[in-house]
Amino acid sequence: MSTSKKTYREAVKEALAQEMRRDPAVVQIGEDLRGGHAGTNPDLEEKKIEAFGGVLGVTKGLWGEFGSDRVIDTPITESAIVGMAAGAALTGLRPVAELMFMDFFGVCYDALYNQAAKFRYMFGGKARTPLVLRGMIGAGFSAAAQHSQSPYHVFASVPGLKVVVPSNAHDAKGLLIQAVRDDDPVVFCEHKTLYDTTDEVPDEPYTIPFGVANYTRQGTDVTVVALSAMVNAANEAADKLAAEGISVEVVDPRTVSPLDEEGILESVAATGRVVIVDESAARCGFGHDVAALIAAKALDSLRAPVELVTPPHTPVPFSPVLEKAWLPDAARIETAVRKLVTA
Amino acid sequence: MSRIRAFEDRLHEENATGDIPGFIHLYSGQEAIAVGVCENLRDTDHIGSTHRGHGHCIAKGCDIHGMMAEIFGKEDGLCHGKGGSMHIADLSVGMLGANAIVGGAPSLAIGAALSAKILGTDGVAVSFTGDGGSNQGTTLEAMNMAVVLKLPIVFVIENNGYGEATGTDYAVGAPDIAARAAAFGMPAAKVDGTDFFAVHEAAREAVERARAGGGPTTIEARAHRFYGHFEGDAQLYRTPEQVAELRRTQDPLVIFRAKVDRRKVSVKELDEIDEESRALVDEAVGRARAAAYPPIEHLLTDVYVSY
Repeated sequence: MSTSKKTYREAVKEALAQEMRRDPAVVQIGEDLRGGHAGTNPDLEEKKIEAFGGVLGVTKGLWGEFGSDRVIDTPITESAIVGMAAGAALTGLRPVAELMFMDFFGVCYDALYNQAAKFRYMFGGKARTPLVLRGMIGAGFSAAAQHSQSPYHVFASVPGLKVVVPSNAHDAKGLLIQAVRDDDPVVFCEHKTLYDTTDEVPDEPYTIPFGVANYTRQGTDVTVVALSAMVNAANEAADKLAAEGISVEVVDPRTVSPLDEEGILESVAATGRVVIVDESAARCGFGHDVAALIAAKALDSLRAPVELVTPPHTPVPFSPVLEKAWLPDAARIETAVRKLVTA
Repeated sequence: MSRIRAFEDRLHEENATGDIPGFIHLYSGQEAIAVGVCENLRDTDHIGSTHRGHGHCIAKGCDIHGMMAEIFGKEDGLCHGKGGSMHIADLSVGMLGANAIVGGAPSLAIGAALSAKILGTDGVAVSFTGDGGSNQGTTLEAMNMAVVLKLPIVFVIENNGYGEATGTDYAVGAPDIAARAAAFGMPAAKVDGTDFFAVHEAAREAVERARAGGGPTTIEARAHRFYGHFEGDAQLYRTPEQVAELRRTQDPLVIFRAKVDRRKVSVKELDEIDEESRALVDEAVGRARAAAYPPIEHLLTDVYVSY
């Protein structure tokens, strides 16, 4: 299979385009997926202008290939978008809805957790809801408190939702194709600071199964469990610590739900020490879930208490100096690892 | 209006230097709406705003230096650098915050109106929302609630023709947003948002009605966004010629100059006001650039933390 260097943004778009070519039931729904869609400027239709292609340009080019019936620009109405996408998923389409920043899920939460997530269970297994909800998570460019959150732990706490948090372009493409082909609602979390990162990505479509962790570094002294942009910070820390003679294993679960419990426990059993890095929340977040898992199933193998590296329990601050202090980084991960190996 | 224009045009330049963090959404072209409405309000009245909030902040009386410092992420900012452009707030002048959530203001503003009604303060609330926000369910829920509870509120819909990059004529089903008010049983006005006097008159009537216990009003004001949705927007959805034409024919400051009573205000006086505005903004930028970033310890202040 041929590969080429692609950005995370290109990998996401390629996955969407390839799935739309494969299956006519796949449609895109969202705000400004094309942008500029209006009679305001009579030239727009004729020149096939795609102004935004999603707020950070991820979907640019899809409208030109697939047209307005399959790349559907909506008004700014998140509740209606998710409700409509859920209804369409129940009745034969495979919608991929984009809601820009995942902070905006607040207004449509009912459609997500009372409707889409429950259809299959409530209807006695007779319903399928092949729905993908894409959105951006993550702090890192001063987008401030209402555009910077990482609420994947909120979605993961809802039975019926699958939650995907890819950390690199290769995983983003394979996991997104898997999400589109999945018959359950999938929340697909794209970290906005990863869009311009590059990776070798296969040109052909491929899938990565949910619930299978990826070991991005192999090591023997400490396990670092990290997701999304935090995987890069963890790898950076692992490289630095390797120079000091500390061998760090970095485990990227890739999906928060389902969670690869075995993949995490295996690594913890081998190293006996674990640091969990989590951008979601300082309380009741993904990190606490993994810590509870380890406490329940791997306590005997632990040589030191579990270390959590999270932001403080505050909204994301705007000012760059405060935001930098808020975000976990490689230095904080290194400190946590050193604490464990010297304990 | 002059201050808003000077502030926004200068931010357009400052943003190009790369020293402003995050997103900036400029209000130039819509000045007559914020000022025409807020001129009818007192410090004790409240407004809720949008992600395009600088104009509302200035019109409601927020300190220019505090705003500029906030936008640069500095400790001296109105929110001590924690909010930024999209979250500027100053409750001391009744500014409940810009709001980065489309349709975020209406439900908050009916809360302020409820407080005014229950506490008997004689206060009025104004919710500023764009044409995009007018389609949010919460906006319609807030309108219904305001009528049911007879709240002292004015819903100002600023129709600038675009929700981000998507045209109103695509995204708003019926062309008349103001007409929706009738479905909720409240009066509405549709005004030319480039004309300060028209906005001011419509707002005066609505604010007086609200203050007198007459309940809510909707005002749809049509104006034009001179810059893109955000700074850095290539504006592929319209041509530079279209924007130039809007700037030539739809500039609220030019229209104000043409309509203002010459016997009361001379051209020279207007020129002096513009000059003062530019000087004020110049000083604000200088101070904001020189100001310190917040100390790292402040990361954990103003929030409930017990662990």
